[in-house]
Amino acid sequence: MDHGSPMIEDVFGISWLDFNLSNVLMTFVASVIVFLIAVIASRNLQRKPTGFQNFMEWVVDFVKGMISSTMDWKTGKQFLPLAITLLMYIFIANVLGIMFMVEYNGDLWWKSPTADPGVTLTLAVMVVALTHYFGVKLKGGKGYVKDFFSPIPILFPLKIVEEFANTLTLGMRLYGNIFAGEVLLALLVSLMASGALEAAAGFLPMLLWQGFKLFISGIQAFIFVMLAMVYMSHKVSHDH
Amino acid sequence: MLDPRLFILNAEIGFNAGDMIVQLVMFVILLALITKFAWRPLMNVMQEREQHVANEIDTAEKNRQESERLMKEAQDELKGTRTNAQKIIDDARQTAKSEEAEMIKAAKSEAERIKESARLEIEQEKERAVQALQEQVGTLSVQIASKVIEKELTVDEQEKLINEYLEKVGESK
Repeated sequence: MDHGSPMIEDVFGISWLDFNLSNVLMTFVASVIVFLIAVIASRNLQRKPTGFQNFMEWVVDFVKGMISSTMDWKTGKQFLPLAITLLMYIFIANVLGIMFMVEYNGDLWWKSPTADPGVTLTLAVMVVALTHYFGVKLKGGKGYVKDFFSPIPILFPLKIVEEFANTLTLGMRLYGNIFAGEVLLALLVSLMASGALEAAAGFLPMLLWQGFKLFISGIQAFIFVMLAMVYMSHKVSHDH
Repeated sequence: MLDPRLFILNAEIGFNAGDMIVQLVMFVILLALITKFAWRPLMNVMQEREQHVANEIDTAEKNRQESERLMKEAQDELKGTRTNAQKIIDDARQTAKSEEAEMIKAAKSEAERIKESARLEIEQEKERAVQALQEQVGTLSVQIASKVIEKELTVDEQEKLINEYLEKVGESK
């Protein structure tokens, strides 16, 4: 059970431009699933909601609650679409790896896209970049820079470190949780595949671990969005 | 049993710039599309509903106040009507009482009048009877006297006496 990755290296002859096609595929699949869920749920919208619309409104309200717990709803309103999309995308991406893994020609094609550090760090960098963007936009350049020197100027180096630490932990936390889950799943699968006795022994742990991984998927999506909103509120809110 | 190489699962996955670019672009596209096609309409509907509910609550409150006002009005009206009715009844009772008294008075005076006239009639009758009795007594006494006297009086003397009497009666009349 040796997993390779479907790599394409040096695209267009650019030496650093490598693609892991598995990641590309799974990113695409996750995006399509999230898009379909959202569009199907918000099709045929009614003032008196039923079924799927109810669920989607519950999600929206849930994210609304997350945002209002970190910042003023007036400024937080504009981050609502971003937060919901992040939450759903990460959750779906996490869950994708639970159901099954697909290998083809020894390459691992189907897995969680979030089990790749590059993907999670991209999301983290994007979120942190957005916090800086909105920080400048909502507080002005002066207010934005002043934040690095408050409450006391001596904290400035720490603040700079904090930015990188935030980005790294945000991405790596997600990656670590999901990747660890997939490793354990792969171990259990290989155990069950090695014999009848092992299959019987591994059945219950497999079931339990899949359930637990589903739980972790939700929790990690929640934590990611929550932290993203906390970082955002640090940058955009005026009260410290 | 377990392949030790599992522990280096995905080991060759590093940071592929291509993946990162794809991920970023994909997410931005997803965010844009989903916001346009799902979140905006959904949020609009939610906001609209919020507005609707707020309006309904306002309307309900207004209606409640209106109905309360109307009820109070009706109660006042009812109270007024009740007082009015009571007054009318009282008036009627008063009128009836005074009418009754008047009627009784009229009846009493009528009775008095009738009694008076009856008394007068009785008086007259009595007088008449007395008169008749007087006459009767006169004749009777004459007859008795004549019967007593007959034996001692002559016809001439008798005639003379009668005439005397008659004259006396005529005078007294």
